[in-house]
Amino acid sequence: MEFDQYHEPPEELSPELRTKARLFASLAEEAEAINWYEQRLSVEPDAEARSIMANAQHEEFKHFAMDLEFLFRRMPVWRQLAEGVLFKDGDIVEHGEAAEAGEDEDGSNQEGSGGSLGIGSLKGAGL
Amino acid sequence: MNHLLRGHAPITDEAWKQIDEEASDSLVPRLGGRKLVDFDGPHGWGHSATDLGRVTDTADGPAEGVNMRARKVLPVIELRAPFTVARSELEALDRGAVDTDFDSLNDAARQMAVAENAAIFHGLAEAGIEGIAGASSHDPIPLGGNGFQDYPEHIAKAIEVILSSGVEGPYGVALSPECYTGVVESAEKGGYPLLSHIRKILRESGDGPMVWAPGLDGVVVASMRGGDFLFESGQDLSIGYDSHDAELVNLYIEESFTFRVATPEAAVALPK
Repeated sequence: MEFDQYHEPPEELSPELRTKARLFASLAEEAEAINWYEQRLSVEPDAEARSIMANAQHEEFKHFAMDLEFLFRRMPVWRQLAEGVLFKDGDIVEHGEAAEAGEDEDGSNQEGSGGSLGIGSLKGAGL
Repeated sequence: MNHLLRGHAPITDEAWKQIDEEASDSLVPRLGGRKLVDFDGPHGWGHSATDLGRVTDTADGPAEGVNMRARKVLPVIELRAPFTVARSELEALDRGAVDTDFDSLNDAARQMAVAENAAIFHGLAEAGIEGIAGASSHDPIPLGGNGFQDYPEHIAKAIEVILSSGVEGPYGVALSPECYTGVVESAEKGGYPLLSHIRKILRESGDGPMVWAPGLDGVVVASMRGGDFLFESGQDLSIGYDSHDAELVNLYIEESFTFRVATPEAAVALPK
């Protein structure tokens, strides 16, 4: 039986990777739901219906954030890069480029990924 | 720049990339403990302790009518393994050489993996860490002197012991290098490879992994259902800069962490 969240044969993936794949799929579904509610809210004239949909969309915000945080915790390099971009004022592209280059406050790019090898969790990986 | 001071090293971006990749390639196959336990973090270099949720006995406080208790914490330990890279090798690397001498780096990576695995499986008394083998509430199952032939039976018995105490799988098996080599080189009567037999046992008990763990003495069988063995990372394995002269650059591999066993009945030690 095949599942859409897998790009490689599931039996060749570790349990840890299969869990990540489920969360990636969940993350995409939550983003899609937020998008759909956004569109529905923009055209729905009934205030009560809008209120219900806004409440539902709020739930999806939370679900998306939890899925994303789960993946960040298991992918330290991604988390480190995201920390250079998220929740900052200013030019998003500039932040992204700076985070990718590993630039620090002095503008030096000698630190690469900040020094971490980004190994993180290896649970489930075997011989 | 953070405390690793990489910006002070006479090392180009390309050379840093090669050093980091070499270290990762050397470390990951050896980090057998990390392949069985929960990993939390990294919480950063500034992370100093793990909350245990417990307190000391109540004592008289600094004023009459006031009691006091102190919170108990598990302090983060720092592990650091120094190594050197010749500046001539770094120059060669920047010119496109593909046979850079990273022997010292590989030695340091090997020792860091041994140290991390030893802390996870056998503990580190100076730091208050009790390892999986020592914390187990079950009697050890000695591997005995009958070669490696009995390993599948011992591992199956260990899984049964853990399951009997109410801890579900999947179950993982960690083998010391000596035990792993013995298993790989041995076959049962009839020629069936021991490694295949052990994999079959693991597959049928939830499909947990078999891991190679330098620093472990003997074999450990542990549940991997989650929540039982907690590796809390402060700074995950990183490479920092110490100093340099005209010939050598002195670097180090470093990490900080705590390790706790939450469920002593979730593992069994099988000592040599």
